[in-house]
Amino acid sequence: MNVELSHIHKWFGSVHANDDVSLTVRAGTIHGLLGENGAGKSTLVKILSGYITHDAGTIRLDGKPVTIRTPTDALRWGVGMLHQDPMDFPPLSVLENFMARLDGGFWLNRRAAARELQTLAARFGFSLNPEAHVSELTVGERQQLEMLRLLSMGAQVLILDEPTTGISATQKAQLFAALRQLADQGKAVIFVSHKLEDIEALCDEVTVLRRGRVVGHVALPCPPEKLVEMMFGKVLSAPIKPHTVRDQVALELKDAVIRTDRFDLHLEHLTVCSGEVIGLAGLEGSGQQAFLATCAGVQRLARGKLWLAGQEMTHKPHRAFLDRGVCYVPADRLSEGLIAGLTIHEHVALRSPNGFFINRAHVQRLAERAIQTYSIRGAPGTLVERLSGGNQQRTQLALLPDPLSVILMEHPTRGLDIESTLWVWQQLIARCQQGTAILFASSDLDEIISYSDRVLVFSGGRVSKPLEARTLTADQLGYMIGGKF
Amino acid sequence: MATEQWVIVLATAVASATPLVFAVLGETLSERAGVINLSAEGTIMFCAMAGFAAALATNSVLVGFGAAAVIGALIALIVAFSAITLKQSQTAVGFVLALLFSDLSSFLGAPLVRIPGPTVPAFAIPVLSEIPILGRLFFSSDPLVYLSYVAIAVTWVFFYRTRAGLMLRAIGEQPNAAFVRGADVVRLRYLYTLLGGALMGIAGAAFSLNFKAGWTFRHTGGYGWIALAIVIFGGWNPLRAALGAYLFGILQSLASVAQDQFQGVPTQVLNVAPFVLMIVLLVVTSSGWLERLLAGAPAPVRRRVLQALHAAPPAALGKPFRQD
Repeated sequence: MNVELSHIHKWFGSVHANDDVSLTVRAGTIHGLLGENGAGKSTLVKILSGYITHDAGTIRLDGKPVTIRTPTDALRWGVGMLHQDPMDFPPLSVLENFMARLDGGFWLNRRAAARELQTLAARFGFSLNPEAHVSELTVGERQQLEMLRLLSMGAQVLILDEPTTGISATQKAQLFAALRQLADQGKAVIFVSHKLEDIEALCDEVTVLRRGRVVGHVALPCPPEKLVEMMFGKVLSAPIKPHTVRDQVALELKDAVIRTDRFDLHLEHLTVCSGEVIGLAGLEGSGQQAFLATCAGVQRLARGKLWLAGQEMTHKPHRAFLDRGVCYVPADRLSEGLIAGLTIHEHVALRSPNGFFINRAHVQRLAERAIQTYSIRGAPGTLVERLSGGNQQRTQLALLPDPLSVILMEHPTRGLDIESTLWVWQQLIARCQQGTAILFASSDLDEIISYSDRVLVFSGGRVSKPLEARTLTADQLGYMIGGKF
Repeated sequence: MATEQWVIVLATAVASATPLVFAVLGETLSERAGVINLSAEGTIMFCAMAGFAAALATNSVLVGFGAAAVIGALIALIVAFSAITLKQSQTAVGFVLALLFSDLSSFLGAPLVRIPGPTVPAFAIPVLSEIPILGRLFFSSDPLVYLSYVAIAVTWVFFYRTRAGLMLRAIGEQPNAAFVRGADVVRLRYLYTLLGGALMGIAGAAFSLNFKAGWTFRHTGGYGWIALAIVIFGGWNPLRAALGAYLFGILQSLASVAQDQFQGVPTQVLNVAPFVLMIVLLVVTSSGWLERLLAGAPAPVRRRVLQALHAAPPAALGKPFRQD
């Protein structure tokens, strides 16, 4: 089915989220929708799937104008969407999730539904246990389930919003193969992503959005620099990590045992120098978080000793670590890093606790300065949960005290677009040059290799010796994460 | 006690649990859709009075139940409007309504106190009531009790065997996901809240027209609150909630037996005892105690039992639906 969106407008208050957007997707193709966070990609596909209504413009399916005001309308016309956050019911079983829809009879026919689910799953090589609870599934499996449900409801147009976030490499390969198969069957697939490499690997054509407007439409393959330039309106270059002189020790661990809920990590000896970047590689939950929390004094060492710049800090409280310039930036920005419900202004005020009363004018000036220096898209009075992911991370960095001796970060650029990612690393490298040591955990191997001096690999309850990043490739690292070291 | 006495105690338990069964089914329905109707205490009490008044005026028990159901639904409409449309705190609104309508029942029901009125006639089901013991326990009372059995079965089948029931569980769990699948979340939440309110209204009339026939001040005091507790500990499952109601019935029935046996104990103590015991029992069954108790049981049995007792509230319970 051919999809044609013309002159779509959507306002959220004063924000013009979609400004005269036109898009044509031909049946039998995979069409990429590329743009940085907040470019209006999700808004556009939510309009097409009936989740939100547009203010102006027309939608045509196979040349026929249609009215789509609700998801029911969209499903009736054969338009189905996989949302970025899985739209399913975790406490219910896979089968119940598959059956939770309006088509079909009054009584639930479990056996027939299970048969249909299995047949569909087999066609794409997915394996889903109908009796399992969705809460036990991985993000990738939940996605597969949603996709099968939409297909069984007769979707001719399939929209996927950032489907590759949080799924494994195998699941990604499976997903891409399935989408290719669907396109070959004549379905139209719309693939929304901010990840250039995914768009390049999968799509036939791509439309680029920037600040709510269409800035380009090209057939793939196409040089990536051209796409990046369209996305950001300028050429971006990655910051280069200069070589670090290792003279002063910032952090030292000896005979350390770090306890996690599943295993004890043993670390014989580790010294981290000022200005050095250490990347922590490994599958999530392999102990990186416990390691960082221990270095921050949030978690106590089960055994062994820890020094900061030569002074023993074993079993000292977190406060003492803070006083010595150690800062921990957790992965979950909204529940651990920032305080949802408070504004940027209030976060700045919290950071400068001088005296009993808050000097509002002074804090206002500080907040405005932080917003300017860190180019945060928001005002001092903006609630942090209203900021986009990139701007939340910018706010977190803006709140870090200066100077610092050690920064401990989990997933510094998770969910950020390229521009914000590069920006974050620019800031971090600038910190290194002032002598701050950085330890960060990431699931992006390229990020680890490009920015680290040395790498620790966490795998199967063990941690490797520090490895020089210059001599590593992503493939080697992937192999080691599998437990071969 | 002899068998005879036990049969009487248990038969009384079934009868006294019947109004509560309607109440917990109603509350379960409403909470599964995501709306807490905290006004249960007020709704039940007010509907007991109103149902009695309607039945007295028309000399028809059916009219009494009908009026109670309609008024229960109307009170639920206030809850629904403020919770779903105005997106206000369900706890605050429900609590105020609970207080308001229990006091209103005393005020408007003053002329009705201790007046004899119509009651549901007894009716033994022909063949079934002949079954030894069971017949006398379950099939020798009145149509309202039989209707409560049907209500339990229908609710359970609706919840777990029909598409609409699955959607009901869905809108209380992830309303956004249900919306994406085409459910009209607002309309369904209104529907189930009103239906739940009507059942609570029937529960009220079941007191004044049957189990505790007549009307006095605060005639049904405490039952609304215990119904709310039973729904929670019943894990929002209609069958388990109904069993909870019967358990409470047994405790009450035993307390009245104890009243004859221990003349020295003040009646207030025995009146309150079922409420206290019920809460203690519910806490025990839903705490880690049971897990330890089952430690010796074979693994499959243990897992089965714990799985059956596992209960998590609907994820969207008490939260207004916002389409972003």
